Parts: sequence; C-alpha cells; structure tokens
Amino acid sequence: MGSTDDKVRASVSELPSFDFGATACTAAPRLDQARVAIVTTAGLRDDGVGTWTDGQGFRVFAASRRDLVLAHVSPNFDRAGFTADLNVVYPADRLDELATSGQIGSVASRHISFMGAQPDHTLTTLRLDTGPAAAKILLDDGVDVVLLTPV
Amino acid sequence: VSALAHVLEAAGIATVGVSLVRAQAERARAPRMLHCEFPLGRPLGRPDDPAFQHRVIAAAFDLLPRRDVPVLAEFPERIDDEADAPLACTIPPRHDDSLHPAIDEVLALRPAYERSRARTRTTNVDGGRGADHIAELVAVFVRIADGAPAADAGIEPRTLGRAALDVRAYYEEAALALTDHVPAARQAESWFYRSTHAGATLRRAQAALRAAGASPREWFALVPTGQPPADDPQVS
Repeated sequence: MGSTDDKVRASVSELPSFDFGATACTAAPRLDQARVAIVTTAGLRDDGVGTWTDGQGFRVFAASRRDLVLAHVSPNFDRAGFTADLNVVYPADRLDELATSGQIGSVASRHISFMGAQPDHTLTTLRLDTGPAAAKILLDDGVDVVLLTPV
Repeated sequence: VSALAHVLEAAGIATVGVSLVRAQAERARAPRMLHCEFPLGRPLGRPDDPAFQHRVIAAAFDLLPRRDVPVLAEFPERIDDEADAPLACTIPPRHDDSLHPAIDEVLALRPAYERSRARTRTTNVDGGRGADHIAELVAVFVRIADGAPAADAGIEPRTLGRAALDVRAYYEEAALALTDHVPAARQAESWFYRSTHAGATLRRAQAALRAAGASPREWFALVPTGQPPADDPQVS
C-alpha cells in the first residue's frame, strides 16, 4: 500500500489539462539582477476569510504580509506544514534572505495567489483574462522572474 | 502552476515552478519545472527548515538560464507523508460530562488553539472565529452523523466542506501548540481523524450523507482521501 499522497496523486494524475501547444519561453536575467515575485496556487488570502471566492481570479498582497490564510477548498493535502511555517508553501522569508545576501536583485513589492484544483480544466478565464492581468501587475512592479508554487 | 507558467512566460516574465504531481507536469509542458516528490501541501519540503527550503529554491533557480524548454528536472531527495503514524498528542481530559464528548473536546482545546493563534498571529479558521464557533459546527456534524439531513441540521449544505476544514484547522492548530515539534506531513491530519471525537464525528457524518444519497459536493471535503471509513474497526 502506498502513502496517502500516492493515492491522491494517482487520482489527479489523469485529470485533463489544457494543451498550450508550443511552450513560451522568456529569457531570464541574471539572478543577482532579477526582481522576483512569488505566484502560488495555494489559495491564500490576506483578509482572514478562509473560503476562496475568486474562482480563477487571484489575490494580490504586499510582500511584507505574513498573516495569510489558506483558503484552498481541497481537503487532500497536508495543512499543518503551512500552519507551522508558511514558507513551506509561500517562501517569502526565503526570498527576502536571498535579496539581503545579494543572490537575487530584489523582491517584488507584491506577491500573488490563485487557487489550483479548478473544476474547469480548460482554465479559459485564467488563460485569457486573469492570468494576463496578474502578469501586468507583476510587470508594472518591474518583476522579471516568478517562482511558482503549488500546495 | 503550469498554466500560469505558460501565461506569464508569454507575457514576458521568466518563470520556474515547483511540481508535486509529476504526471501533470509532464503533460502540461511548462517552461521550467522542478519536480519535488514531497508531501502534498509542502512544496518547499520541510517546514521550519530554512536551509532545506533554500536548497529547493536554489535547485529551481538553477533552471532559469535554460532555454531548451520544456524542462522538467527532479529534486534529488524524496519526502513521504506519514499518515499512518498519527501525531502523538495528548487531548485534555473531559471537563463537562453533560456535553457531547466532541463538543467538550473542542472547548478543552481552546487554550491550545489560542496559544497557536497568538504565536502565528493568524488562523486558518474562517473569519478568525474561535472555539465557540467550532463547537457550534461540531454540533451540526453530530446531528448529521445521527441521521439529520444537512438542511435540517443548521447549516447550508454547500458550506459543509468549509465547515469541516474549519474544524480540522482548529484541531491542527491546537495540536501544534501541544507538541514540541512540527509533525511530519499528514500526522496532524491522522491524529484529528483517527484519535479525536470530532474527527470521528466528521467520518460518521460523511458516511451518513453518502448513505442518504447526498451530493458529493456536500460530503467530499469532510474527510480527506486516504483516511479510514467510519466503520473501520482499527480506528476509535
């Protein structure tokens, strides 16, 4: 018998996903000159509300915020790790440390959260509307590298 | 994560993502992904271990110069969940025998929950509500477990999943204050579902809803995949 996560992975591995065709690729700057943001699909909120109500939309919060709530709707992942240390999902302190040591150029002023496990696997809203809108917010902040984290 | 990588790269932002489900990452063909065979819910691997988290981030950032996309690399270490080794966490003794044991248990855990909340300065219980709110939710689940339809038990059926996550968050946050270490993945979850009255109540409530033919939307989130069914003789 495999682990619980093995069972969950098996159950989600065959879910359909949108075929993007060709893989877009943007050249990354030197890391020590990059402005880095976190974009997570953990369904984080900064208003204390524990329910994700934004569908394929997103939340933007100041990079200094640490009082974030895990509003993801799925019961099928460990939640105690995030409760003990949000960096295990949302490594904001780690990025700050990398900026302080000069390994990255700077940390974005804002990070972003979407929520994964969307029932519409075509992700039309995310691809055509909210994803590009999030990209504009990041570009307006001078971000040129994003670290993407699931949950 | 993969879909966002495609969108952000197309907009002119270089990305690197962490993957926790390799089959999905392979199919999605995002530009640069680091697959980590870590517990679901812990993409950076180990809570309260900055050095380990930095190693994961460094391995991810090492992919940034790659232009031969899609790139799917593998982090060299594996971490498994420990759902079958529930957290050893002492539950405070019964305080008020006139209450349902699950409700008495909720109230007994109040100080531990409040300590955890003070330490983290946040809570994953919706709206930051405390023990009294959780006791009300557990009372609802007791009624459902005893056979009441959700609509007659004092809750909107569509909110059952969120309510279950609130009860679980309350217990897991209390558990972190009752132990001297961060539990391995799913140990707190298994403690809640296999060792507490409230966890047993959620398992029985899910079984009752399923037996009554309720929509999966009502009962799906009450108990995670992998936790034992309500009638498992190995679980209290």
